[in-house]
Amino acid sequence: MSYFPLTKEDQAEMLETIGVEHFGQLLQAIPTEIRNPKIDLPPALSELEAQRWFQSLADLNATSKTHLSFLGAGCYEHFIPSIVRHVTGRGEFYTSYTPYQPEASQGTLQALFEYQGLMCELTGMDVANGSHYDGASALAESVLMGLHHTGRTKAVLCESVHPEFREVVKTYLTGTRFEIETTGFHPDFRTNLEELKKKLTADVACVAIQSPNFFGLVEDLTELETLVHQNGSLLILVSHPLSFGFYKSAMEWGADVACGEAQPLGISPSFGGPWLGYIAVTRALVRRIPGRLAGVTTDESGRRAFCLTLQAREQHIRREKASSNICTNQALCALAAAVYLASIGKKGIRRVAELNLERALYLRKAVGALKRVEAVTTGSVFNEFVVRFEKPVSAVNAALFEKGIIGGLDLVRYYPKLRNQMLVCATETKSKDDLDRFVSALKEVTA
Amino acid sequence: MAEVFVEQSKLTTLGTQDSRLLFERSKRGKEAAMLPERAFPKEDLAANIPAKLLRKSEVDFPELSEPELVRYFVNLSKKNFSVDTHFYPLGSCTMKYNPKIHEDVAALSGFACVSPLQPEEEVQGVLRIFDDLAEALKQLTGMDAFTLQPAAGAHGELLGMMLARAYHASRGEKRRNVVLVPDSSHGTNPASAAQYGYEVVQVPSDERGRVCLAALEKLVSDRVACLMLTNPNTLGLFETDILKIRDLAHAKGALLYYDGANLNALLGTVRPGDMGFDIVHLNVHKTFTTPHGGGGPGAGPVGVVKALEPFLPKPVVRRNGTRYHLDYDRPNSIGKIRSFFGNTGILIRAYVYIRMLGLEGLRQASHDAVLAANYLRKKLSSAYLNPHNEYCMHEFVLSARDLAAEHHVHAHDIGKRLLDYGFHAPTVHFPLVVKEALMIEPTETESKETLDAFADAMLKILKEIEETPDLVRKAPHTMPIRRPNEVEAARKPILSSRDLKRDQSHNWSAHQP
Repeated sequence: MSYFPLTKEDQAEMLETIGVEHFGQLLQAIPTEIRNPKIDLPPALSELEAQRWFQSLADLNATSKTHLSFLGAGCYEHFIPSIVRHVTGRGEFYTSYTPYQPEASQGTLQALFEYQGLMCELTGMDVANGSHYDGASALAESVLMGLHHTGRTKAVLCESVHPEFREVVKTYLTGTRFEIETTGFHPDFRTNLEELKKKLTADVACVAIQSPNFFGLVEDLTELETLVHQNGSLLILVSHPLSFGFYKSAMEWGADVACGEAQPLGISPSFGGPWLGYIAVTRALVRRIPGRLAGVTTDESGRRAFCLTLQAREQHIRREKASSNICTNQALCALAAAVYLASIGKKGIRRVAELNLERALYLRKAVGALKRVEAVTTGSVFNEFVVRFEKPVSAVNAALFEKGIIGGLDLVRYYPKLRNQMLVCATETKSKDDLDRFVSALKEVTA
Repeated sequence: MAEVFVEQSKLTTLGTQDSRLLFERSKRGKEAAMLPERAFPKEDLAANIPAKLLRKSEVDFPELSEPELVRYFVNLSKKNFSVDTHFYPLGSCTMKYNPKIHEDVAALSGFACVSPLQPEEEVQGVLRIFDDLAEALKQLTGMDAFTLQPAAGAHGELLGMMLARAYHASRGEKRRNVVLVPDSSHGTNPASAAQYGYEVVQVPSDERGRVCLAALEKLVSDRVACLMLTNPNTLGLFETDILKIRDLAHAKGALLYYDGANLNALLGTVRPGDMGFDIVHLNVHKTFTTPHGGGGPGAGPVGVVKALEPFLPKPVVRRNGTRYHLDYDRPNSIGKIRSFFGNTGILIRAYVYIRMLGLEGLRQASHDAVLAANYLRKKLSSAYLNPHNEYCMHEFVLSARDLAAEHHVHAHDIGKRLLDYGFHAPTVHFPLVVKEALMIEPTETESKETLDAFADAMLKILKEIEETPDLVRKAPHTMPIRRPNEVEAARKPILSSRDLKRDQSHNWSAHQP
């Protein structure tokens, strides 16, 4: 087997050194009655056969390469500069371990430090962690952080937060002493502040809102921020990270925690993962933030050195007293995001946000001008908006697929009352021709 | 492996000493990524948006050209140890070779450019992989059903805690709020149990390095939700009494949880399901050799016995003839522990590994791992103290207890000195049941020559401890940095470039080459 360097002669010599006649003697601690189970696996493939077999399975999937895709809803097709794949493809990065030996891991540590700094710049927050599993679990851990920090027992989630995120938060809290309340939105998808006010009781630890929200709307958080903080609760803001290139940063809104899915930052959709949860907080929460933190210090000769820090929060030191159980997280994805953001740079971060925005605005106008189609998200948007048809979205999408187009999300999947409504996404990957092709296809299939 | 002398200590054998950050290399007006022009340049975007929604502050990102960025990051990579470049005898971490075909398959656009929100008829290829992988994991572990959703081993543990509570609650047993963990367990075990609100009670090990049965018998009660075990345990020893442990736990209605961190010892030889485990998590970035990525991404599939299957997260993949469906109709499911389906790209790599090796290959992987561990154990246990010197599984634990007492050289010093010899450190000061522990897991993907060179280095270091102990105490000497001041790092945390720019306590510019 090509992955195993030991030859038959090596094995024989090693057994002799160990002082056993045959390999089975080494397994003597295992009860014989459970040894050598019957296992049924498909036969081994050669590398050539494996390449062909997996290519044939890959070919069964429709992709944003085989089709023109307008599907977003939490997973985004964005431009990924080639250098991202080349840097993350370096074996020195992707086959290295968690940097517990800082002297032999300065590369990973410095890259994580860069990632943390870039995320602080983007969100405006004071401290960003070195990565989390995904946006949904990042929100769940942020909510737990809010509950522990305030000593209160309830979390309030806006219903326009991504439904997958809300479901994960609910799962994390079910069966614990904590409770969740959900608060609704107006027909134009703005958060219903009157309803929220009623729910802001003294036991509310934190309020989580998403902006741009699940329906694409960028919300004005001025009044909400005041309400939440007057109640002594923490404000958790979930955002598409590229929206901060144009719209107000989490810090400018007064958020205590910024979190969400950083997949748009140089990471491919890959059917849901590996992605990258980000969590960034104010200085007040630094000792409660879950996950790894890379910090700067000096070495024994006074030179700059990077190391993991504030590890007293972590499970390998504190065991059952740790602030989170997280161990392996998404370091390589954080590296990808660091390379992406560094590559996009100062001018590019605003440009890429504008490219998303202008395409979404053009498409909303063009689609909204069609007969039998109505734009429902009419306020400020980033790269998504909702449109309503006179027939089910499933029928529209089936017809679009025939024309080589993957349409937007059918909102009935998550919101059964929002019938005939599609969440459409247009990122910088769509040229004007692509957008026009979508509009004319939609015109035909809705006629 | 070249001899390392003190005189060479000024030579850096790993990367450069240039630690300037991006912002210190930035120059106004440079750009790397070539973004398209605006498609609608005449639109005044800001004019259409209420001013109060707009960002006021500048995003102060660095400005570098593409060649500079590539050189920066590639030079950073060279400051790392990695499996591709070094031997990593890191106990309980299973740092084995990551086959390159895994990367190529996961990067195919048919997998990488697929949204998890596409309808199931558009994603039959990836759903088939999920189904086939779950089936293979069932076969290899002896469990009845699997979820692939958890993003890491500890994430799988958290899910296991949720499943245990849901299972007991469904039987009207709400008093079970205790989780038992051996004192040799991984830190994630008690952390996961505590995070989900369980009271954690430790079970002591006996002099054989196994769970103390007498103590366990006293601790198992109708308040215990589950007992979390790693087998082989973190001393690399198989829990010989596993079937008695199973009976003790099950007799009191407690579930048995398998931490799969050490499964690389057992593939094809013995299965958690046959040992009586009810919940199992696997670390595919260990056993199924998906790359560790400098700290993830991994994946932590969780398998269960039939009685717990209804509680698994949504959705599950169902096969109907040649079509695959996603089943969300699971009234007893605990819900979701992660968005969508988990770390698909990592799961695909794990499945490629299983298909490339087949049962015989996987069994050989485990056998060679056990052989390599015993070989190193034999070569080192006469020179170093081994408190449990018997046939081990895939790893073993030495103790620097006597060296610490006599020479004031600690386990972590030995680990750091190994870096100078070109070997990653073993896991040190863990498990906690062995003082001054050095936990060594060679894996199956190292040649006999590398194992011999590692053993030689360990023996040379022993001699150094006796003759020139400072050489070891102050190691490493050949890395890009000396030992970092971790106390200073925690006392006054500098966690971003912005923090660093504001930092007044150091004159960083003086440190640059």
